[in-house]
Amino acid sequence: MELYDLTLKEASEKLRKHEVSSLELTEAQLRRIEEVDEKVKAYLSVTADLALQQARLVDASMYGEASSGSSQLRSPLAGIPMALKDVFSTRGVRTTCGSKILENFVPIYDATVAQRLKQAGTILLGKTNMDEFAMGSSTENSSYFPTHNPWDLETVPGGSSGGSSAAVAARECFFALGSDTGGSIRQPASLCGVVGLKPTYGRVSRYGLVAFASSLDHVGPFTRTVEDCALVMNCLAGHDERDSTSINAPVPDYTKALIPDLKGIRLALPKEYFVEGMDPGVEQAVRAAVTKLEELGAEVDEVSMPHTKYALSTYYIIAPAEASANLARYDGVKYGLSDVDAQTMWESFFQTRDKGFGKEVKRRIMIGTYALSSGYYDAYYIKAQKARTMIKGDFDKVYEKFDAIICATSPTVAFKIGAKANDPLAMYLSDVLTIAANMSGVPGISVPCGFSEGLPVGLQILGPVLGEEKVLRVAYAYEQATNWHKQNPPL
Amino acid sequence: MTVATETEYEVVIGLETHIQLQTASKMFCGCSADYANAAPNSHVCPVCLGMPGVLPVINSKAIEYIIKLGLALHCEIPEYSKFDRKNYFYPDLVKGYQISQFDLPICINGWLEIEVEGRRKRIGITRIHQEEDTGKLTHTNLNGEEVTLVDYNRSGVPLMECVSEPDISTPAEARAYLTKLRQMVRWLGIGTGNMDEGALRCDANVSIMPKGSKVFGTKIEIKNMNSISAVHEALGFEIKRQEEELQAGAVLKQQTRGWDEEKRVTVFQRLKEGSSDYRYFPEPDLPPLQLQADYLAQIRTSLPELPEARRDRFIQEYDLSLYEAELLTGSRATADWFEESLGEEKTPQRARATANWILNELFAHLKEKGAELDEAKIQPRQLASLIDLVQKGTITPKSAKEVFEEMFATGREAAEIVKEKGLPQLSDEAALATVVDKVIAESPKAVADFRAGKEASLNFLIGGVMKATRGTANKDVVTRLLREKLS
Ligand SMILES: [Zn+2]
Repeated sequence: MELYDLTLKEASEKLRKHEVSSLELTEAQLRRIEEVDEKVKAYLSVTADLALQQARLVDASMYGEASSGSSQLRSPLAGIPMALKDVFSTRGVRTTCGSKILENFVPIYDATVAQRLKQAGTILLGKTNMDEFAMGSSTENSSYFPTHNPWDLETVPGGSSGGSSAAVAARECFFALGSDTGGSIRQPASLCGVVGLKPTYGRVSRYGLVAFASSLDHVGPFTRTVEDCALVMNCLAGHDERDSTSINAPVPDYTKALIPDLKGIRLALPKEYFVEGMDPGVEQAVRAAVTKLEELGAEVDEVSMPHTKYALSTYYIIAPAEASANLARYDGVKYGLSDVDAQTMWESFFQTRDKGFGKEVKRRIMIGTYALSSGYYDAYYIKAQKARTMIKGDFDKVYEKFDAIICATSPTVAFKIGAKANDPLAMYLSDVLTIAANMSGVPGISVPCGFSEGLPVGLQILGPVLGEEKVLRVAYAYEQATNWHKQNPPL
Repeated sequence: MTVATETEYEVVIGLETHIQLQTASKMFCGCSADYANAAPNSHVCPVCLGMPGVLPVINSKAIEYIIKLGLALHCEIPEYSKFDRKNYFYPDLVKGYQISQFDLPICINGWLEIEVEGRRKRIGITRIHQEEDTGKLTHTNLNGEEVTLVDYNRSGVPLMECVSEPDISTPAEARAYLTKLRQMVRWLGIGTGNMDEGALRCDANVSIMPKGSKVFGTKIEIKNMNSISAVHEALGFEIKRQEEELQAGAVLKQQTRGWDEEKRVTVFQRLKEGSSDYRYFPEPDLPPLQLQADYLAQIRTSLPELPEARRDRFIQEYDLSLYEAELLTGSRATADWFEESLGEEKTPQRARATANWILNELFAHLKEKGAELDEAKIQPRQLASLIDLVQKGTITPKSAKEVFEEMFATGREAAEIVKEKGLPQLSDEAALATVVDKVIAESPKAVADFRAGKEASLNFLIGGVMKATRGTANKDVVTRLLREKLS
């Protein structure tokens, strides 16, 4: 067993016991990246020098004189190498958002989550690939290169956080952060056979997360186990005064929620989530998981969430509308790509944006601009907001009687690279099971629950607002009773 | 047969005024909002530069200031208000959208009272809403190349926009409205209101229609006016221009015109076809404002006595004329100065004397120096002691002016100057009697005339005594002594 095969928890314990140093862990991860990333292409940039330097510093304060009485590195994450999706602003480290428009952009500030992880003593290995501005479900929309699924290099890792999910699955880091606007953490977690959590809207600060659709954007972790997920959440969660939408509520110790049985837990199985076109293998795996959950003591009942069918179309109004404004700042005036050959100011704006943005980003800016235009605003944007309220209402109703909702994360397993690249609607359907949770802001996790055609299937557990503990408990009990998370991709 | 007569027109004016709020920090970040004289791009941070990933945090002081103006202008403050994004591209706008308020502003339905030629009139306030300022572009020549430079120090400085109803009918009313609005902003201490620095900017919408018509004329917008008098002049010019166009049979098109300060004319800028589409939508990064009743009540109690109330109280309490009271409440500083120099002596007589000193001497001296009241060296308490000296008869009013001169120039105490100049009034009877005797002895003719019944000769003798004492003699005492000695 190699060092990179350890879970975050195991690595952390070895560090505590001085059986391994942060530098050794970091070097092991960097070697692993060198070994496999040529095939996986999870990373957009690897910050090796910075990582080694950080690891030495952490070792010095954990082993050296400074360690006596120093409380700074008490976090179980101290010394652990990790990766950030390239959507998080990192001071001094290039942040591209998978776009040519930010190809050489080096931010001057750290995202709140980047800062929190830095303070906890984690080691940044690099920035991971993503669909441009998080718009996509396969990471094929990256302006640089597609990422490959470690389980089958000819398939996609999912998206938009495909770089992070692939990096965790390929053991190129102990954990990674992603962002989830319509399923961009849970869907790639499902396709890569890892754990991915989208917390409650406002539970983790969005400050420094480059905005796609502000009211739908969430920050969360990718890990190999549910316990690792809880450990990372302990560091990420909490109020941030720089994010006015962040929730000011006490943060529990999420590891305390990890109980291996489900006695007294009521789970809802919404019939609308077994959609047409779902892979039979996926449905089978999820049905089998339901049986397992019942064995663990949960009470499972079928429910109806009648407005689920509006989620996708509602999402494709609200998300592009917000994106059309959020992406207006990339005009070449202040940072990023700038078309200096242009003759006039307006020409420079248009050419910068024309050259800098990819096809899918342009498509969504146009959809959003259209939906907000006078004359169409009421028919699209206002109507979508009303539908969003109804979708939220479905969730509220279910949580009156149930602790959590269970369903598949993605209707299919990983698909072949290029299979849906020219069919945006087929691609949009990849998120049909995850989008409603972004609309309602409820927490959701994807845990491995089997294989279909040799590729991982994910089980999605959705909890009520601030119900991360419930979600983690169900996920943990299921994981402990199964062996799916112990499978490694054949690299 | 009808006789062609010149049509008489009715003028409809509405004003949109942008006012910078004088908060310590910017609207959505911690940068200092006081960017005057700062090096370009020195008051900036990721937030006000619109860096990828940043989020706004509301400056609650700015909201409080907007509510203050709203309350002073008799507005309703709805419990629920929200922020919206106004989308447009321009290099001075860092995010490609401005955070503003669209359909639910903080203040609605107020009014402001103006007075023009003795007539009072209420101008409706449609709304006051929150906005953020943009950066500033400078077009210049750099190494032989025409370039545009941008300074983001102003980016994100808090603004409010106050929109009037189209209740204004003349340029004079517009001037009165702006003067009052600016006075209120300064009075509340929420902004400088300095138009020349861009801290107060006004766009005017003006249309004319034949008298009695029910159909409004074509709305023309005027921009780029840098002073209240420019607004007055631009409106006057524009009304005349529109009249002439209509008389000549032309059809006016909706347009934006700019005021040319040098040529003193409005110049066509662009046509306004329909309304521009800013694609407003609710700002997802900011929760809506929920203004609780006790929060509003707290702000209401914190409001100072407002100009009109204070003016009326000055008339009532101190028996001042409307004119004097208006002048003394022209600014809160003046009114405070006045009442501070009154101190505990609140008699109408004392108030009149104090008002005279301020309105005549102090204001004239300030004007001459081109200085503001807060730059005056003389302090209210010092003016009070000068008035004391006059009222006690220690110095004559004439000497007092000389003393004031010195106090204004140096800020020294009155008593000190009086002592130094040897100006105390001669009231000492024994000393004066000697001078009186001397003057009587030297003016036999006047003495004879007076004794023969010529009252006027007494003035000649008084003048003699005053001359001999260099004007320091107490005139009442001198008169009494002369009468005694000559009777
Ligand atoms: Zn700033």
